[in-house]
Amino acid sequence: MHVLHHTLKSCSCYPGVCSATNTGGAVGFCNHNSINFRTLTRRKFLAHQTISKMALASVLNSDCANFSFETSQPFGFGCGPGQSGLGFDATPGDGLSFSVKNPLCAGDEDGVERKIEFLHGTTTLAFKFQHGVIVAVDSRATAGSYIASQTVKKVIEINPYLLGTMAGGAADCSFWERLLARQCRIYELRNKERISVAAASKLLANMVYQYKGMGLSMGTMVCGWDKRGPGLYYVDSEGNRVCGDLFAVGSGSMYAYGVMDSGLRQDLSVEEACELGRRAIYQATYRDAYSGGQVNLYHVHSEGWTRVSQEDVLMLHQQYKDQA
Amino acid sequence: MCRRACSFRVGIRGKDIVVLGVEKKSVAKLQEERTVRKICALDEHVCMAFAGLTADARIVINRARVECQSHRLTVEDPVTVEYITRYIATLKQRYTQSNGRRPFGISALIVGFDDDGTPRLYQTDPSGTYHAWKANAIGRSAKTVREFLEKNYTDEAIAGDNEAIKLAIKALLEVVQSGGKNIELAVIRRNQPLKILESKEIETLVAEIEKEKEEEAEKKKQKKST
Repeated sequence: MHVLHHTLKSCSCYPGVCSATNTGGAVGFCNHNSINFRTLTRRKFLAHQTISKMALASVLNSDCANFSFETSQPFGFGCGPGQSGLGFDATPGDGLSFSVKNPLCAGDEDGVERKIEFLHGTTTLAFKFQHGVIVAVDSRATAGSYIASQTVKKVIEINPYLLGTMAGGAADCSFWERLLARQCRIYELRNKERISVAAASKLLANMVYQYKGMGLSMGTMVCGWDKRGPGLYYVDSEGNRVCGDLFAVGSGSMYAYGVMDSGLRQDLSVEEACELGRRAIYQATYRDAYSGGQVNLYHVHSEGWTRVSQEDVLMLHQQYKDQA
Repeated sequence: MCRRACSFRVGIRGKDIVVLGVEKKSVAKLQEERTVRKICALDEHVCMAFAGLTADARIVINRARVECQSHRLTVEDPVTVEYITRYIATLKQRYTQSNGRRPFGISALIVGFDDDGTPRLYQTDPSGTYHAWKANAIGRSAKTVREFLEKNYTDEAIAGDNEAIKLAIKALLEVVQSGGKNIELAVIRRNQPLKILESKEIETLVAEIEKEKEEEAEKKKQKKST
């Protein structure tokens, strides 16, 4: 890595144009004005970083994203990270995703890379109790202020005893969790026993950590039951991996936390716990514009997971109004 | 192969204990005797003894130790004995199928306890195959000792920790010439780290075994006479 760095330094280039004189030869163009070269490392990283940073920079600066250059060369498992998949006159956050562009960060024009805080426009929650883990999610997908879909499946069934939730970029979540399913199955075959929730979440966190800083957006909860009992881990694309008893992820998470914190006890029955999860998601959809649709509820117990219910939020609204 | 000419190892799997016994070769006078060179801990709950080229073993042991810790890091669980045996066996097999490299010249006995408390004993050989055993011997005169073990490995014989250790010593005494001085023993008890028995303890146990032998011989004499 350092060899490449020195070569770039030594090449006498001036702002505007730099031909690929470095040993890697992978950079076809570079624009000194807006790119910070100190972060460049290996050959592939070099090509990708330059292109994705240019993509991000141009997207931030202009109304309409410029997609005329080729997408970055695929590496890893053949997926090109970054902006691929967006439409032509796309604004950031367009396309099917749960991301909402944070208006506060849009105005950076000085070219220094700033982390984009994607608010994950969704509400997902999971909590442990004496009979296992309850997972409850909404089902709305938004593109800016446009509701793209009300019927999205935000719980990914990794295998019959592991669940993953989706918040952030839909493609990122579903891709990486499917990859996790493959790894879990291989582990199971090699070691003749099920993978533990800790190990599965660790695998996911390690896979995603390699792409840290490259624009992955994923905030997921890995839930399951293994020989240590119920397991719940929060993993995100920043590299966080936390074990806990209760998590809520997304733009509606604060509202969900309010309901959960006031109602959660360890000795809930299965019915009560399901109702608590359902109520929490409903309250979040009531107040948060980016959450809505249906409430999907899963229960993870020692035999695996079961899909408990799928209820439309409007029905729940009537139901709770009648009860009150 | 060098394994046959080399010193002798025996491994016994008890109920709550696993025992590794090694024949200590007498060293030259000026050489400093390091107590155990041939029994190495791979992790807290797994250890291995090998027969063959010591230098090759060093490489394998290093890789196995690193793999034990990597496993703890990524899976948040200690390795099972089967996993690390499989890793060592895969490593050995790789060297039998690539160009420019020769196979590792060692046979290993890997013992330990799994997370759920089951004791395990595995043997690997240079081809990369591995098998689980209840009791096994490798090295010089391994065949004779294996026959001895087949006769004497009964449920009673391994009922207690001490019995299992005595069985290992008996097996070693079949091969080793001059008694307790040339025997090295290592035991792992469940949830306890590897322990190497001191020569005093070995001497007492050997004495006990001698006594038992005499008592048995006397009993037989009495039976014959009556």
